[in-house]
Amino acid sequence: MGVTVRQADADDAVNGVPPRWVALPETVEEVSAVLRTCAERDLAVVPAGGGTKLHWGPPPERCDVLLDMCCMNAVLEHAAGDLVVRAQAGVTMDALAAALADKGQELALDPPFAEYTTVGGTLATATAGPRAFRYGTARDLLIGITVVLPDGTIAKSGGKVVKNVAGYDLGKLFTGSQGTLGVIAEATFRLHPLAADRRWLVAETEVSDDVLLRLAASQTEPSAVEIDCPDGKNTTVAVLVEGSAAEARAVALREVLGDGTVTAEAPEWWGLILRDEVLLEARFPPARTVEALAAAGEAGFSFRGSAAAGRAYLESRDDVPEDELAATVTRLRARLEALGGRVTVLATPYEGVDRWGQVSALPLMRRIKERFDPGRRMSPGRFVGGI
Amino acid sequence: METLTAALRSLLPHDSVITDPVRLRTYECDGLTYHRATPGVVVLPDTAEQVARVVRVCNDFGVPFVARGSGTGLSGGALPREDGVLIVTSKMRRILEIDLDNRRAVVEPGVTNLAITEAVRDRGYYYAPDPSSQQVCSIGGNVAENSGGAHCLKYGFTVNHVEACEIVTPNGDLVTLDRMDPGYDLLGAFVGSEGTLGIATKITVRLSRAPEAVTTVLAAFESIEQGGQAVSAIIGAGIVPAAIEMMDALAIEAAEAAVACRYPEGAGAVLIVELDGPQAEVERQFTQLTEICSGAFELRVAADAAERAAIWKGRKSAFAAVGRISPAYIVQDGVVPRTSLPGVLAAIDRLSQEHGIRVANVFHAGDGNLHPLVLFDDAEPGAGERAEVVSGAILDLCVEHGGSITGEHGVGVDKARYMPKMFSADDLDTMQLVRCAFDPRGLSNPGKVFPTPRLCGEVPGVRKGVHPLVESGKAEQL
Ligand SMILES: Cc1cc2nc3c(=O)[nH]c(=O)nc-3n(C[C@H](O)[C@H](O)[C@H](O)COP(=O)(O)OP(=O)(O)OC[C@H]3O[C@@H](n4cnc5c(N)ncnc54)[C@H](O)[C@@H]3O)c2cc1C
Ligand SMILES: Cc1cc2nc3c(=O)[nH]c(=O)nc-3n(C[C@H](O)[C@H](O)[C@H](O)COP(=O)(O)OP(=O)(O)OC[C@H]3O[C@@H](n4cnc5c(N)ncnc54)[C@H](O)[C@@H]3O)c2cc1C
Repeated sequence: MGVTVRQADADDAVNGVPPRWVALPETVEEVSAVLRTCAERDLAVVPAGGGTKLHWGPPPERCDVLLDMCCMNAVLEHAAGDLVVRAQAGVTMDALAAALADKGQELALDPPFAEYTTVGGTLATATAGPRAFRYGTARDLLIGITVVLPDGTIAKSGGKVVKNVAGYDLGKLFTGSQGTLGVIAEATFRLHPLAADRRWLVAETEVSDDVLLRLAASQTEPSAVEIDCPDGKNTTVAVLVEGSAAEARAVALREVLGDGTVTAEAPEWWGLILRDEVLLEARFPPARTVEALAAAGEAGFSFRGSAAAGRAYLESRDDVPEDELAATVTRLRARLEALGGRVTVLATPYEGVDRWGQVSALPLMRRIKERFDPGRRMSPGRFVGGI
Repeated sequence: METLTAALRSLLPHDSVITDPVRLRTYECDGLTYHRATPGVVVLPDTAEQVARVVRVCNDFGVPFVARGSGTGLSGGALPREDGVLIVTSKMRRILEIDLDNRRAVVEPGVTNLAITEAVRDRGYYYAPDPSSQQVCSIGGNVAENSGGAHCLKYGFTVNHVEACEIVTPNGDLVTLDRMDPGYDLLGAFVGSEGTLGIATKITVRLSRAPEAVTTVLAAFESIEQGGQAVSAIIGAGIVPAAIEMMDALAIEAAEAAVACRYPEGAGAVLIVELDGPQAEVERQFTQLTEICSGAFELRVAADAAERAAIWKGRKSAFAAVGRISPAYIVQDGVVPRTSLPGVLAAIDRLSQEHGIRVANVFHAGDGNLHPLVLFDDAEPGAGERAEVVSGAILDLCVEHGGSITGEHGVGVDKARYMPKMFSADDLDTMQLVRCAFDPRGLSNPGKVFPTPRLCGEVPGVRKGVHPLVESGKAEQL
């Protein structure tokens, strides 16, 4: 089998670690052939989608081959009547969205700048956007997966029906696995019809947990309740309503918020992460949003994310030296953990920053890694506890 | 067994360890009564710590253990082991915390599904996954089976509504799996693992806000084809109802005989469609729905909760009702892509005629989950076997159409031998990697889900020749 392989150059480096080769498989079988060859020669592999987030996570301990999925870019099956799509991992999120929009459907994740980002990368990083509150995250929308294990074994689980409880759900395990268990080759998702209408209610206002909770619990059913606070002081709240009578429902929500403009356009910051050299993800119980917001502000981070789902992205407002960042993260983490929350550092250039904090099931996770990748050849060192 | 029992007695209060043969018989089977085994010993722990201790003892003795919730499973998942311990969660029924602000409840595994909703209903919340067995089945059993119900079309399954689980791992450690934690999504892998990856001892579920409006419609069609077309048209119109259920003539007949549900006379199929959400959304969808169902010869709309219950009554009692028209039956649980429904239903009809076995169809039409009731007379020689053949052939149909061998009842012991029809040896081996990571000694509910699992020490992907277990006669290759 002739898999295209080229010499790597400096641009191919994964978080500063340059690979020796870049492999460009075109089929699942070719991915398998590459991984089998790498296994025989003990070469370390890092999978890449659009390459937009290869700097997330620690640098790999070693990296011989970058497995670039860009050639696996076919939407394999859009069963519109079944609200299901099956796509290769290298399909960009934009291409997927375009194919689905043709039939009035969507994959209800909200990845912005989706020109390069791929299905595989989106799953492997498991980022979630505003509408996760209503539709769940990637793991909730994924119903089937085909993966290639480090020894070249091709395995699938789930299928192309939404309701299915046969066997273990490997899709869950690979979602968020950051390329450390194997390569995601194909994914099948459940879809939603595109909403008939949408409105945003936007207000620059102080927030209270009580108001945020009443927005989220409103029977007008907002799809998202988002907060933006770039400077630790001024907050903007935006609520999305989708479906029939969106305008009237958004107006009803204005009663709850006590302020705001109803528009047909998302605010320009909606669901966007702009700077991700230093990027934290904060999780917190929705009823503690105000405290999480305050904690982020005091630690010198902007805060943008979902009050309703209890997840926000924190960008560093200043350039902070390593020691200071490490200490800040530790303090912020302690504060959020006391609320029942978590802080994960998605990206930082510094080795000395603890990215993950406490992971309660780490021994189990290590055993999973050992079983799937006994040779530690898939993105070694890129995940929790040095997995 | 005796030293094991003594060890268990030293850990648990006296009345929590059952060895009396008569009492052990209570636990011989779950809802699937034709698989039976008397458990070696039954324990009824009170706390997670006790579950952990019991599991550690099982490890010390190298004996298998099986968790059991309410025993309503329909795939023999809670079938006990004669050489092992059955761990029953029925004493662990406390609702530990209700936190409406964060839309969550923390409960013990033995709490029934419905009890969660009952605890929060008057404050406008509910727990969304609603298996028909919800009055009795336990939330631990729901987690193990990734249970669903009529409302899963719109709201998803157990896995979408569980935030965290404290589990006792197969080697006896108490570990929390939390959706919030960074790392692998072990919670997602655990849900639906049918008790083979450990025992859930504390479960945090997400609560949902009750919708503003609910409209329940019953549409009666002359034929099942017309009903099927209506289902496709509803989805095609971009409507995702809370539920779309369908019953064919035979199922209606059974329901009528049992509960006098007064469904329209002469219907070849009835469709129950429930719309819910904000008032305005429900109104628009209802208008669309009436147009789509214009081919129905009768359309009933429930005006209040009582009428809604009346519409659902026939559907909800359908399983129990077939007892009225047939001495025995098999409930099948297969899934097909929704668009394949018409073809599959026609094929089921052909199978039924070929084998002289009646099949009543009740199904979650919205997500293609079929529950054909394969009827037979167990007094008639050979009828049981013929029913088995039809039942198996229906699963083949599901797999051929790209569906699944189980939509909600699980694999258990009952369908383990069908797994190779849906999954390759490599797929199954890969699932075994997960099993081996959690349970290297294979003590947690062995013999369920997987046919002839390979031992954890063996390296998958390099299998050649006959499996040692098969060679030694300890296992069969299916
Ligand atoms: C709702 C949502 C909102 C988002 N918002 C933003 C935003 O505002 N700004 C922003 O910059 N980004 C945002 N993202 C993230 C963005 O979409 C990422 O760029 C994307 O998730 C990564 O895609 P990629 O193809 O570039 O992956 P890559 O950068 O190529 O890879 C990312 C990681 O996944 C692994 N990986 C890639 N492909 C595979 C595979 N096939 N198998 C196994 N592992 C693989 C890689 O090894 C690496 O660890 C958002 C994502 C979502 C879902
Ligand atoms: C009339 C009827 C209607 C039904 N309708 C539906 C339906 O609509 N949807 C549906 O999904 N199912 C349905 N079922 C099947 C059954 O009710 C579900 O599978 C349910 O989740 C089983 O719960 P249980 O507590 O009875 O579990 P059990 O039968 O006791 O056990 C089921 C499995 O879960 C494991 N288990 C139990 N407790 C735990 C625990 N704490 N930790 C780990 N593993 C555990 C057992 O080992 C076993 O493998 C129905 C059953 C009946 C009899």
